[in-house]
Amino acid sequence: MKNIILVTALLFFPLLSKADLRVFACEPEWAALADELGTDRVKTSSATNALQDPHYIQARPSLIAKVRRADLVICSGAQLEIGWLPMLLSKANNPKVMPGRPGFLETALLVNRLDIASNTDRSQGDVHPQGNPHIQTNPHNILLVAGIMTERMIQLDADNAATYQQGFDSFRKRWSAAIINWQERASVLRGRKVIAHHKSWIYLEAWLGLEEVATLEPVPGVPPSAGHLGNLIQNYAHNGVVDYIIRAPFQSKKPSMWLSERTGIPAVMLPLTVGGSDKASDLFSLFDDILDRLLSAEQQ
Amino acid sequence: MRILSTGILWACLFCMITPALAQSELDLLRAELTQMRAEYEARITQLEKRLKTFENKSVAAKQTAPPAAETDPWQAAGDSGRPGTGNKPSFNPDIGVIFQGQAWNYDNDPDHYVIPGFPLGGEAGPLPEGLSLGEIEIDISANVDDKFTAWLTVPIVIEDGETVVEVEEAWIETLALPAGLSLRVGRYFSNIGYLNDKHSHAWDFVDQPLSYQAFLGNQYIDDGAQLRWLAPTDMYLELGGEINRGDRYPSAGAGSSGYGSYTLHARSGGDIGFSHSWQAGLSYLQSDAIERVSGGEDEALLFTGQSELMIAELVWKWAPNGNNKQRNLKLQAEYLWRNEVGTYRLPDGRQLPYDSDQQGWYVQAVFQPIPRWRLGLRYDRLSSDEPGDAFRDTSLSPAANDPWRYSLMADWSNSEFSRLRLQYTNDQAGQEDDKQWGLQYIFSIGAHGAHSF
Repeated sequence: MKNIILVTALLFFPLLSKADLRVFACEPEWAALADELGTDRVKTSSATNALQDPHYIQARPSLIAKVRRADLVICSGAQLEIGWLPMLLSKANNPKVMPGRPGFLETALLVNRLDIASNTDRSQGDVHPQGNPHIQTNPHNILLVAGIMTERMIQLDADNAATYQQGFDSFRKRWSAAIINWQERASVLRGRKVIAHHKSWIYLEAWLGLEEVATLEPVPGVPPSAGHLGNLIQNYAHNGVVDYIIRAPFQSKKPSMWLSERTGIPAVMLPLTVGGSDKASDLFSLFDDILDRLLSAEQQ
Repeated sequence: MRILSTGILWACLFCMITPALAQSELDLLRAELTQMRAEYEARITQLEKRLKTFENKSVAAKQTAPPAAETDPWQAAGDSGRPGTGNKPSFNPDIGVIFQGQAWNYDNDPDHYVIPGFPLGGEAGPLPEGLSLGEIEIDISANVDDKFTAWLTVPIVIEDGETVVEVEEAWIETLALPAGLSLRVGRYFSNIGYLNDKHSHAWDFVDQPLSYQAFLGNQYIDDGAQLRWLAPTDMYLELGGEINRGDRYPSAGAGSSGYGSYTLHARSGGDIGFSHSWQAGLSYLQSDAIERVSGGEDEALLFTGQSELMIAELVWKWAPNGNNKQRNLKLQAEYLWRNEVGTYRLPDGRQLPYDSDQQGWYVQAVFQPIPRWRLGLRYDRLSSDEPGDAFRDTSLSPAANDPWRYSLMADWSNSEFSRLRLQYTNDQAGQEDDKQWGLQYIFSIGAHGAHSF
């Protein structure tokens, strides 16, 4: 009998785990960053994985349970998660992570956002009035977020301030070196023109000097239509203007393959976040792999 | 000829403008990039400084007194963590409007629709025949302050040619109660069952299942106070209850001095791998009914007594890798059991003691094979005890066969904000078999709240 009680208690109340700070990230890149900064002092989980479109997941019971116990919720924000995060927060009954509290961090609001819509008319698609939220594809943004995230971790868990500070110092050193390396490798890509499935890559494009000439979606959030793809063929077939058609792993590959076959433009799948490809197992290998994939398409 | 030359002229003009445009855009982008770099360097340096001072401060604070939690260093630095504000001001409160309408066809006259043994109350019953405007739902919501949030739903409905503005929901909810608690007061959809608190625009079929129509008058809405507690466990577990006024079907007359109904619910759920997730729950509603009206207007029945309702719910969702956008399946089933003890006053003036059990259930599947398109199938059924000889030939006497029907649905959504739906229902619940079918539209403008699981 005693054993049964003990097992039940362990099942429902694993409160005595070693981690000092529970971090709930909306996207895998922020979970990965929290792991870099907090090492074994944080317990991270991510609401979405790299094979899910972060606009469209469900407010699942398992996620509500995680938010209930979180000390810090980190999301891209700028309305990326508007379809499910407000529901998680309202059901989770956890005042620590309510918007406006130190336990809630919206990373997109920390960086220079692009594509801030002056017009929020929905005939233009599901535009985000606060700008494009997919900020993680520029490594400079990641470093900015790392700084703020470290501050928050220290604020919420002062006992481990030294650990977080060390985590940041180490990350900053390695990340800055990596950025220099990536920029050197990517210099040949400057000025290349791309067609993207969704406007997921504008920060990568700004960083590497790529130019996005069109998207496969006619307007943001509306799936590619035959008519729109037909127009793209007319405009871009065999004229050598466009260098890549890029998409994220969770976006259907059919439209980009279809267009690629008819135009001869290589279709490239790029991991949008950590876990998006076999190689992209952490933030460093994420950018390694993005560049590998662009450069190897370049050589073809 | 003239058209052609004008066309050529325009084309040439474009040829001249486009490269210039592209060039200027490129310059703009370059300038932006340079600026970003400069800003970025500056911010990193600034950040480092802040980090150092912050670390020192937090160490110092730890050594002296507990830190003053009220001042948020982020606000001082100009980084607002509050969503909805960003750098752009947004309108407060959030306002959304949802338009619904339909064209509905019947074999039989819907005005004479009755389910033998289950006199309908509340909002239950068939849609109007032919073209009609559904509910125009106006949602207004905002945080009151750091401790409270407020929600108002005011549908505009057309009832018998009259335009009526209703208060469907008007509640205040706490944001900052400790220990996983939250309290909601006002008028709300009761938290019993899976479907009861879903707005009609979020339903997967045009109408509610028969069991919700028969036992809840479509949906149980009442005035009261609702407490929810979420367990601090890895497994989702929510317990809650409500005390309500008891003035809406299946309760009536605000019995027990205006505390005429209460509810209890327990709900759990989780994931199985990345692709599957589920939710299951049990809920209970007990309510006083004082002269509760059901049945048609000409044949109104009045019930006085106690009504008990138990609901078991199960929802299962599947999407490959949990990526809902492309393909997904939703399976849903609920079982409702009702016991009512009291007195019925019949249209002919007779008063008869009543004690009867009734059950109802439905199962439904909604499948999205490709983005935008969904297909649905629903089966629902009711069954009832024979309430006794005295009720023979009244609308409380069930038919020999259990009432049932099935529905097929296909809908198309251009975006999250628009939906067109075709539905066919084969109804064996009324007095005569009825084939019902029609088209429905649902459009939403303005702010649109996140949907629950």
